[in-house]
Amino acid sequence: MRRTHIVSAFACGLILGAGLVLSGMADPERVKAFLDITGAWNPSLALVMGGAIAVAAPAFYLARRRGSAMQGCGIPPAGSAVVDGKLLLGAAIFGLGWGLAGICPGPGLVLLGYGARGALVFAAAMVIGTRLAGFFAPPEDA
Amino acid sequence: MPIVIEPAVLEEALAGGVLIGLATAGLLLVNGRIAGISGILAGATGPQPKIWQWAFVLGLVVAGAAAAPLGYALPAALGREPLPLLAVAGLLAGFGTRLSNGCTSGHGVCGIARLNPRSLVATCVFMFTAGLTVFVTRHLLGHG
Repeated sequence: MRRTHIVSAFACGLILGAGLVLSGMADPERVKAFLDITGAWNPSLALVMGGAIAVAAPAFYLARRRGSAMQGCGIPPAGSAVVDGKLLLGAAIFGLGWGLAGICPGPGLVLLGYGARGALVFAAAMVIGTRLAGFFAPPEDA
Repeated sequence: MPIVIEPAVLEEALAGGVLIGLATAGLLLVNGRIAGISGILAGATGPQPKIWQWAFVLGLVVAGAAAAPLGYALPAALGREPLPLLAVAGLLAGFGTRLSNGCTSGHGVCGIARLNPRSLVATCVFMFTAGLTVFVTRHLLGHG
């Protein structure tokens, strides 16, 4: 593990976190307003995912053509394309949790940085949930 | 159904999305890693943690720590949620993302950006159940 890898991973986490704060994804109120299509629907967060995909898609295309990352390590192969019960059940359960609090994993960690007690509870429970899932299904590399 | 459009909010949402995309592209092209946050967190807290995983998680946490001094206050909505609800929500988010191998970033951004049909299906499913959950809690149960 080269030191530059650690620095770039930290920088990417920092930039991603800044994006979550700026975009409103870290605000549970805004997230719920986006998910609440039968209420006063605020569609702004669609631009978050849209903007992120628009920037990331060319990078994935480029990475696949190059076949390796800048520091010589491999590009992860495209994951399995199989839609199975685990995927559907897991996604459904995640959506339930996301809708309950308006917080998904990234914002959960960003809010932890604010030092709020609620964020600590959410993040700790999230790690426990992750470990519990390990008992039901052996982890794969995402 | 009223639709709320605030131009300033739209601009921030798009700018934030671009930052998320840049970070995703950076981790892919420099480190050769997928910026799936639930997966990275699971790795960092799992039996064989890698230093880059902790560095990435630390970056996210530091972004939050730096936000308040820069004028982005802690969202008030977080303080209104009862702690047991946050615990249940965190548990479900952690469990569900591990079972389906991805969250909003891993499936919603990376998976769709690399045209993985599995991720598109997962994203549709979690958006649907999240929307349904908000509908039930807000409009049927009258909470939040």
